[in-house]
Amino acid sequence: MKYFGLVWKNVWRKKIRTSLTLLSVFVAFLLFALLSAIGYAFKGGEDVADAERLIVIDKVSLINPLPQAYRNRIASTPGVHSVAHASWFGGFYQEPRNQFGQFPTNPYEYFSMYPELKMPQEQLDAWAKNRQGAVVGREIADQFNIKVGDRIPIQATIWTKSDGSRTWEFDIEGIFETDDPRGSTAFMLFQHDYFEEARAFAKGTVGWYVLRVEPGADPVEVSNAIDLQFANSPNETETSTEAAFAQSFAKQFGNIALIVTLILGAVFFTLLLVSGNTMSQSVRERISELAVLKTLGFSDRSVLGVVLSESILIMLMGGLLGLGVGWVLVQGAAQAMGAFLPGIYLSPQSILIAIAVMIGAGIVAGVFPALKAMRLSIIDALARA
Amino acid sequence: MNTIKQIIAVTLLNLRNLPQRIGSSTVAVVGVGAVVLVFAAVLSMATGLERTMLSAGSDDTAVIMRSGSTSELNSGLSNDQTLIIANAPGVLRDGDNPIISAELYVVTDVKKRSSQTDANVPFRGVQAGAFAVRKNVSISDGRMFEPGKNEIVVGRAAQSEFVGLDVGETIRFGQTEWTIVGTFDAGGSVSESELWTDVRVLQAAYRRGNSFQSVRVRLESPESIEVLRQTLEDDPRIDPDVLTEREYYSTQSEGLVKFIKLIGYPLTILMAIGAIFGALNSMYSSVSVRGKEIATLRALGFGPTAIMVSTVVESVFLALAGGILGGLLAFLVFNGFQVSTLNGPSFSQVVFDFAVTPELLIQGMQAALIIGVVGGFFPAIRAARLPVALALREL
Repeated sequence: MKYFGLVWKNVWRKKIRTSLTLLSVFVAFLLFALLSAIGYAFKGGEDVADAERLIVIDKVSLINPLPQAYRNRIASTPGVHSVAHASWFGGFYQEPRNQFGQFPTNPYEYFSMYPELKMPQEQLDAWAKNRQGAVVGREIADQFNIKVGDRIPIQATIWTKSDGSRTWEFDIEGIFETDDPRGSTAFMLFQHDYFEEARAFAKGTVGWYVLRVEPGADPVEVSNAIDLQFANSPNETETSTEAAFAQSFAKQFGNIALIVTLILGAVFFTLLLVSGNTMSQSVRERISELAVLKTLGFSDRSVLGVVLSESILIMLMGGLLGLGVGWVLVQGAAQAMGAFLPGIYLSPQSILIAIAVMIGAGIVAGVFPALKAMRLSIIDALARA
Repeated sequence: MNTIKQIIAVTLLNLRNLPQRIGSSTVAVVGVGAVVLVFAAVLSMATGLERTMLSAGSDDTAVIMRSGSTSELNSGLSNDQTLIIANAPGVLRDGDNPIISAELYVVTDVKKRSSQTDANVPFRGVQAGAFAVRKNVSISDGRMFEPGKNEIVVGRAAQSEFVGLDVGETIRFGQTEWTIVGTFDAGGSVSESELWTDVRVLQAAYRRGNSFQSVRVRLESPESIEVLRQTLEDDPRIDPDVLTEREYYSTQSEGLVKFIKLIGYPLTILMAIGAIFGALNSMYSSVSVRGKEIATLRALGFGPTAIMVSTVVESVFLALAGGILGGLLAFLVFNGFQVSTLNGPSFSQVVFDFAVTPELLIQGMQAALIIGVVGGFFPAIRAARLPVALALREL
């Protein structure tokens, strides 16, 4: 630490070169921040998943509905604590590009299934009382400027009403938030009873069931017991934990996310290579200066330390700045694109990884010149100058 | 005239000296190469996807769905409605029979080879006219399914992307067992991501009664879509969206293509900025290493313009070398690479190849050129302004 002044002076020895190096490190870590946040969205909420929640879907495909009659049979399976259900509505608000998730469900069951969703009790009660009531997440409310008390039309793309119309109107009774910064609130919930009564077809079915297992019950046993009950029926089921469901769904996007990650790894590596090269170059140019330091009585180890700290300092300055700007942009993107790509999030793990990479790259870029500086013979070095 | 001679002489000298500055030159080349590589690789996903989706679309085929549907998956048409469409004007006829195919589009879970996890694979029930309404679709291996039997023909791309779809295999979806009897080729279009069977069999297996989701018709000419649209929209028994197949597929791919471009272009710009810093750095160090050489040249009577131009040329040369390297690598590694992803509107997998097209490579080289010019310009000014006496004294 006592050499900080010296290190600082060395860093700014060639202002243009250092600024350029800082800028390329800055860009590298800005990219890292943006891409890891987008990559997080592709994981599909795997980390937010609750280990005690199971999802029951049709075995052939998620798009096939399940009979409503399954509800009681699932609820009475040993180890099941509570059950909720939801369906995919797939409508849009005002114009087709404003598409977000809308799910018909049962108000009280849904909110007790997802305790991370927060909404004032009186709003929940008001929703439960109003058959045409609906609640929206904070992200949707902000994006489309929807307020409690509004009556909004949603255009259905699948569900025609019995009277042939495709416009469904809802009274907004509440706005919910989530207490998990990683979770999404970019969806809307409304009453299944209204859905069931008004839709023209597929009556008596729901999209999927969600259940909570009893504390201490084994989720795997419960899953197997449920699937066994419906084996060889026209609607066989596939029960999995919320995490496994999210994971397998995220895998559907498949190799794309992986390829993007690989490409980015390559880019990142190159940018670091560029800045690393400049740093070792700047040390090579100063051999005689380092010899002078040694002549003045600096120990081998302090010379090593001074050179290494310089390279780590440059990485940290550029990198932290890039990460910081990236973080601000991610916050903006999460707000602007919440409905389109929910779950954009810069996780603490990514930040830690980035900082570790900065220090690691600083060491890699600085270690060879630093060792050379440490082993420098004063006479040779001064003679060369 | 003299200046031009000088420029040529100094530039050649510079380029011949490049091996002496191999370290920083290589870094500049690699930096630009990475930009072009990533640009071409990311954008080739968008071009590949567009090519797959749009090559399926023809202007003389119309797709009719229930109005308001965003894709076949959420449309619905009754048997009576499909008959109304079959008899509408504008539909091409083969003798007395209209060339149409009323179809059912569902999704089924099949394992992906790459991840070994279930993916939503499109499963289409078609009528006999399916091959006549589409161009370029033909059975390439095995045989056509027999109507009324649980037999499937598989698109070529689906066969290579998903597990258990080879000809002769049986596959179980829920309670029903299906036999794969053939492979079809569709000229690399999106149809190749699908499984096809007899629509009647699929209706029964998925308990869809006598309902359909879309009708494809061959039009008498691309213009006759107007007649068809007008007739169907005026008919109170049906509430349709009538699109040409090309329009339909371009709306289907729009979202995903936009998303890839939305990430790809800003990414490239950011990286290009990073590469400009890299190029600037190596050119500044090239100028400082050559300080004495430049001063000597100036003392011999070479003008500042010659020095400046030669520095920019060196930078552009390095950038273009990087660009060629990156473009070549992108072409060799990514062109034709097959992937599949979930396409939003149809909620099912689309299998496509990365397409590193000449247009992409040209755009990549343009980016390299810009990086080279900008990266060389400022160091060139410094080189030209180098105080001769001071630089020589360093000798």
